[in-house]
Amino acid sequence: MSRYARQLIAFAATLHLASLGANAGIDYDRDIRPLLSDTCYACHGPDDAERKADLRLHTRDGLLGEIRASEPLESELYQRISSNDPDERMPPPEFARSLTSKQIETIRRWIEEGANWKGHWAFERVERPDAPEVKQTEWVKNPIDRFVLARLESEGLMPSPPAQDSVLARRLWFDLTGLPPTSAEVARFAQTREMAATAKRLFRRPTYAERMTSRWLDAARYADTSGYQTDGWRTMWRWRDWVIDSFRRNQRFDQFTLEQLAGDLLPNATLEQKIATGFNRNHRGNSEGGIVQEEFLVEYAVDRVDTTFTVWQGVTIGCARCHSHKYDPFTHRDYYQLFAFFNRLHEKGRVFKEGNSAPWIVAPTRAQARKLKQLKKTEAAARSRFEEGSRNLPEQIHAWEQRREHTPTWLDYESLVASSAQTNGAVAKFGYFDRFTLSAQIKIKAGDQGTILSKKNPAKQGLGYSLDLTKDGKVQLNLIKRWLDDALRVETVEPVSSGHVLVTYNGSRKSSGIQFFVNGERVEHKANLDYMNQTFETDEPLLVGKGNADFTGEVETIAVFDRVLDEIEIRAVAEPSPIATILAQPERQRSALEKSKLEQYFLRQAGPDELRRAHAKWLAAKRIRAAFKRDLPSVMIMEDRNEQPTHILLRGQYDQPGERVFANVPASLPAMPKNAPRNRLGLAHWLVSRENPLTARVTINRLWRDIFGTGLVKTTEDFGVQGERPSHPALLDWLAAEFMESGWDIQHMLTLIVSSSTYQQSSRSTPELNRRDPENRLLARGPRFRLPAEMIRDQALAISGLLHRTVGGPSVKSYQPAGLWADIASVGNYELGEGTDLYRRSLYSYWKRTVPPPMMMNFDSASRESCEVGMKRTNTPMQALNLMNDETFVEASRVLAQSILQATKHKRLTTAFLRVLQRKPNARESGVLERSLATHLAKYRAAPEAADDLLSVGQAALPDGIDRAELAAWTMICSTLMNLDETVTKE
Amino acid sequence: MNRRSFCLTTGLSSLALTRLLAQEQKTRLPAKAKRVIYLFQSGAPAQMDLFDHKPHLRDLAGTDLPESIRKGQRLTGMTATQDRFPLAPSIFKFDRHGNSGAWVSDLLPHTSKIVDQLCFIRSLHTEAINHDPAITFCQTGFQLAGRPSIGSWLSYGLGSDNENLPAFVALTSGKGGQPLYDRLWGSGFLPSHYQGVRFRSTGDPMLYLSDPPGVDRETRRRMLDDVSELNSLRFQQFQDPEIKTRIAQYEMAFRMQTSVPELTDLSSEPASTFELYGEDARKPGSYAHNCLLSRRLTERGVRFVQLFERGWDHHTKLPKKIRERTASTDRASAALVTDLKQRGLLDDTLVIWGGEFGRTAYCQGRLTKDDYGRDHHPRCFTMWLAGGGMRTGVTYGKTDDFSYNIVKDPVHVHDLHATLLHQLGIDHTKLTFKFQGRHYRLTDVHGKVVRDILS
Repeated sequence: MSRYARQLIAFAATLHLASLGANAGIDYDRDIRPLLSDTCYACHGPDDAERKADLRLHTRDGLLGEIRASEPLESELYQRISSNDPDERMPPPEFARSLTSKQIETIRRWIEEGANWKGHWAFERVERPDAPEVKQTEWVKNPIDRFVLARLESEGLMPSPPAQDSVLARRLWFDLTGLPPTSAEVARFAQTREMAATAKRLFRRPTYAERMTSRWLDAARYADTSGYQTDGWRTMWRWRDWVIDSFRRNQRFDQFTLEQLAGDLLPNATLEQKIATGFNRNHRGNSEGGIVQEEFLVEYAVDRVDTTFTVWQGVTIGCARCHSHKYDPFTHRDYYQLFAFFNRLHEKGRVFKEGNSAPWIVAPTRAQARKLKQLKKTEAAARSRFEEGSRNLPEQIHAWEQRREHTPTWLDYESLVASSAQTNGAVAKFGYFDRFTLSAQIKIKAGDQGTILSKKNPAKQGLGYSLDLTKDGKVQLNLIKRWLDDALRVETVEPVSSGHVLVTYNGSRKSSGIQFFVNGERVEHKANLDYMNQTFETDEPLLVGKGNADFTGEVETIAVFDRVLDEIEIRAVAEPSPIATILAQPERQRSALEKSKLEQYFLRQAGPDELRRAHAKWLAAKRIRAAFKRDLPSVMIMEDRNEQPTHILLRGQYDQPGERVFANVPASLPAMPKNAPRNRLGLAHWLVSRENPLTARVTINRLWRDIFGTGLVKTTEDFGVQGERPSHPALLDWLAAEFMESGWDIQHMLTLIVSSSTYQQSSRSTPELNRRDPENRLLARGPRFRLPAEMIRDQALAISGLLHRTVGGPSVKSYQPAGLWADIASVGNYELGEGTDLYRRSLYSYWKRTVPPPMMMNFDSASRESCEVGMKRTNTPMQALNLMNDETFVEASRVLAQSILQATKHKRLTTAFLRVLQRKPNARESGVLERSLATHLAKYRAAPEAADDLLSVGQAALPDGIDRAELAAWTMICSTLMNLDETVTKE
Repeated sequence: MNRRSFCLTTGLSSLALTRLLAQEQKTRLPAKAKRVIYLFQSGAPAQMDLFDHKPHLRDLAGTDLPESIRKGQRLTGMTATQDRFPLAPSIFKFDRHGNSGAWVSDLLPHTSKIVDQLCFIRSLHTEAINHDPAITFCQTGFQLAGRPSIGSWLSYGLGSDNENLPAFVALTSGKGGQPLYDRLWGSGFLPSHYQGVRFRSTGDPMLYLSDPPGVDRETRRRMLDDVSELNSLRFQQFQDPEIKTRIAQYEMAFRMQTSVPELTDLSSEPASTFELYGEDARKPGSYAHNCLLSRRLTERGVRFVQLFERGWDHHTKLPKKIRERTASTDRASAALVTDLKQRGLLDDTLVIWGGEFGRTAYCQGRLTKDDYGRDHHPRCFTMWLAGGGMRTGVTYGKTDDFSYNIVKDPVHVHDLHATLLHQLGIDHTKLTFKFQGRHYRLTDVHGKVVRDILS
């Protein structure tokens, strides 16, 4: 082993000591349980199925039964772990884990000191501890500092001095808005360094809400596609907007929880509260052909259980899916009791390849809701004007007929795309999102059958659509992608006879979106196949009387419309007689259909101008409103049906049901109140009750992690016995208590944290401190770590001035290398956005789960395939290439350079530093960059085409009359600044 | 391996390295292989049309798969509703080849010639019945997203042998067919620098590799010198070791900008190379090209190269489609094995050929004399392995007369993974990563090394 490696191991040893505390006695919960859990619980822990020798080392009685207090040598446990006999020795030599001699010694000491026992800290109720006394009281700004300082003093360490103005302002702005301050903001901040007041100002900005939302999206596995094989699109951004709005109004975290987990079950749930439940529909959905639906219904409920318990409880409950948890007190039964809260949706195991899958709701934004109201008013007004003018319609028609001033023509249909008179193969191309009407006048006798009209592949049950007459005389619509498992087949309940048949399809992909009409009257239908997941669109010709089997009757006329006709229109279409023929009949002998058709003719073509205009206006208003409604965004939500029988699934397998169970919380955590409903609402109330030991601790720990880089509990996702213990247990509990007692007020907690001396320390370290505490767990200095992915990109946009600050709305497609989707995905091409879409904050970037945005992944974003609350942070050559060469960063450098050239020559470098880092360069820095500027400039002067090339990157406009060589040289300088460690780091 | 370069190459934090070193003591076994090339045939090739010869089926053509064979086992939703399950014998001609007498169909004339270098496993089986879970299972040992891929486990466990190239490279070929996903070479819960780097056939081979237009090497060097100097100044003030790492990563990025184009530039390859791999190998994005690239990557010490060839999902028109697929892959797969052998690389390079599951003996859709389709079948499928300490000229495992159930020596995907790790000197039960309180493995809690196929 090299010296280098040995050194590293030495670091680790120091850290271990640091977290253990130098002089403390042995503490069971802190020092012993983690050892037993990691090495012994697999066979002697909570999992009944795997337990050997009936030994329960995870329980107090089980463990203490193996021990004689104060007498290690007389204790069975110690004898076994210290034995030299391979048959006696525990864990057995062949087992993957073992105890080091130091660990064995720790256990010995613990027994010797009396073998004290405590429950696992994280499962104990949160009690607010007193803040400890400290010596350097002048350093203490609030109780947080007492906890931190007490520990530092006990370790013999000094806190660091306060950070410089620009560093502290930058830290604060990134922490609260995810964006850097401007240098003017830094200057203002520096006058007072008032943390609480500044925080308050920043909370009012929408950028604060966006910053908080970014992290929540990772936890909520938010994406714009469904994941799995096809990974088609869905629309969940209305849920994202809800989250932004919630942070904006500083909604209490307990309410935030209730609404996301059970907003639909709240009394008189509002639209927004239902939208909030999209949280638990953000999981992946499988649309692959041939999947076993039951298998994936289980996966979806599993995802909801695991995500909910990771986010709110910080426990790895998922381990109990297949068997009782090996380390934590969660049984196999506990798991399926939780599962029972989440498996009651009206949903299918196979989701739609494109778009949202049930249950979902139409979810207009507030602006859209206002517009909709207005359109409704407009339509009502148009309607009443029309009704006014048509009050005596029969009389008007009668009078018109009497005058005989008009030569009757044909009734002109709008939206007619194919008719008997004009059928050519290339028409009537429809897909599964299209709305259309197919109709025909047929003449048949008993036993006739065959295809009335079709546009389909000639193979039997081939791709396409067809309207058929079945052998028992029913009219049948077939919309087929793949026979049997990807098709709609819907037919009339009763057989039909000669006459007019018509069917409408509304683009919903469901049989409920289909209606049949016979001779203008709606008739009942039933679905034989009702699952369509891919479009049936085809380029085959439109054929009359053939397709599947030749029609044995006669098709007299057909008419195909590229919209859904309304019932009045349908009656008109159903009447075969021409207007002239109808008019030739005495009025009294006309049928209802004939009257209807004549009325339509009058309103559309023959009536007085004013009436026709009023009619047309009403129709237009109706269509505009309908179209607007169709385009409203939707969002998937939670919506329960009656409780489903839930069984323990043996080994977690969907097809291995065991004993039946009922919704409940794990037995080892506080019970739900007796009268609480055993549904998601009851569960959500339980999660945010004062008695729940985990929610507040877990939440505040993540908040701390976002700010300090590492949580007080490093394993943010695991507060169980295998997780790491808190570095400052009392501080964590104090914060958790404060959080709950403040009314779950996130902004209050953030204000407390940033106002502390702990937060405001300089992040400068020393070799000595690096050795003592390389991860800064003791907080003897401020945090210093690389920014998360989205902040790196957002910062580049902000400092170059490209950032477009619209808040909320659908996702956008910003720059990424061409062809990434096309290379490996099966559907969809990445169509680069335009204009401001390129410059929105990264939380709005379109997220395709199977091919996520590469820059985000390069910088360690969560993948969004499932819930992730841990933060990875790596440092790689791919990141260097990304920052140097990605169009986003090259363009931002160029646009930043454009504005720097506005400054007078000698101020430019200072301007650049102020823009990027909000500080002035020192002499050495200036020296380095001034020299390079000269070199770059000489180069681009000599090679103007190279300058042109560099300036061509990105779509942002290039100002006229600019010195291109100079701009190119400055682009390189700005790119240099964007690539600095300091720039991508929160110091 | 040089620890310092390993650390720089992978961007490991000092703690991760410590843990790894400690772990390494426990996990290392003598290694037979240093590298792996995994030729993944995505979509699932039909074993009974390529390797698993079932002459018996000819007599039963068109008759139903006996219930005694199916035993009520689940089918996919695509054929579960079929009225009948008519048996479809392969229409391709089978022969025994080489000294070992291995059965291979005439779809694979080139593979037929190297059978004595190969170890066939006819008894692979898996859990999943649909593509996404199955390919995810093959790649990560788990059906759902979130776990590290084989290659990232290897990078984590063994690091890199090349300072200027990633330790794990993925290459894709074929359009259409089943999609692929970034997670197939992803690092799951492992730190993201262990993820595979996908080399692309269009644009930059590695994302963001090329400097922007108008920035030449000299300008880039100058800019990097500045970045390095300014970062060093910052380091003096802040003493944060991450700054030093970042400086090193920028230098490695600079080197990659040379080493990757050199790697993908085939102009130095002699004519004989293309005689071996076929002219297709000149076409970026082709399977043959990727086979040739994988040899070049292997030569340069890249530990794990994985090719993904799409287009093996033959539910309908199987005879036509499988002819196309084999025509574009057979020669290059065989050429790669031959080439590695000629260069003396085969001994310590493990080559694996195979898909995510097998296909059904019964027909999906309409069965005619010369046309049929086959649905997914997880209960048996065939793979072959070469080099890397595998026995040669061996056929291991046996299926029933219907290529439906395994009758001898089943090999689970977990077993394949265990064997792969074993050949690289890793005990699959010891290569673990603690995440969410659990020590995770590629093989979960399963897997056994298939010792019978090791030389």
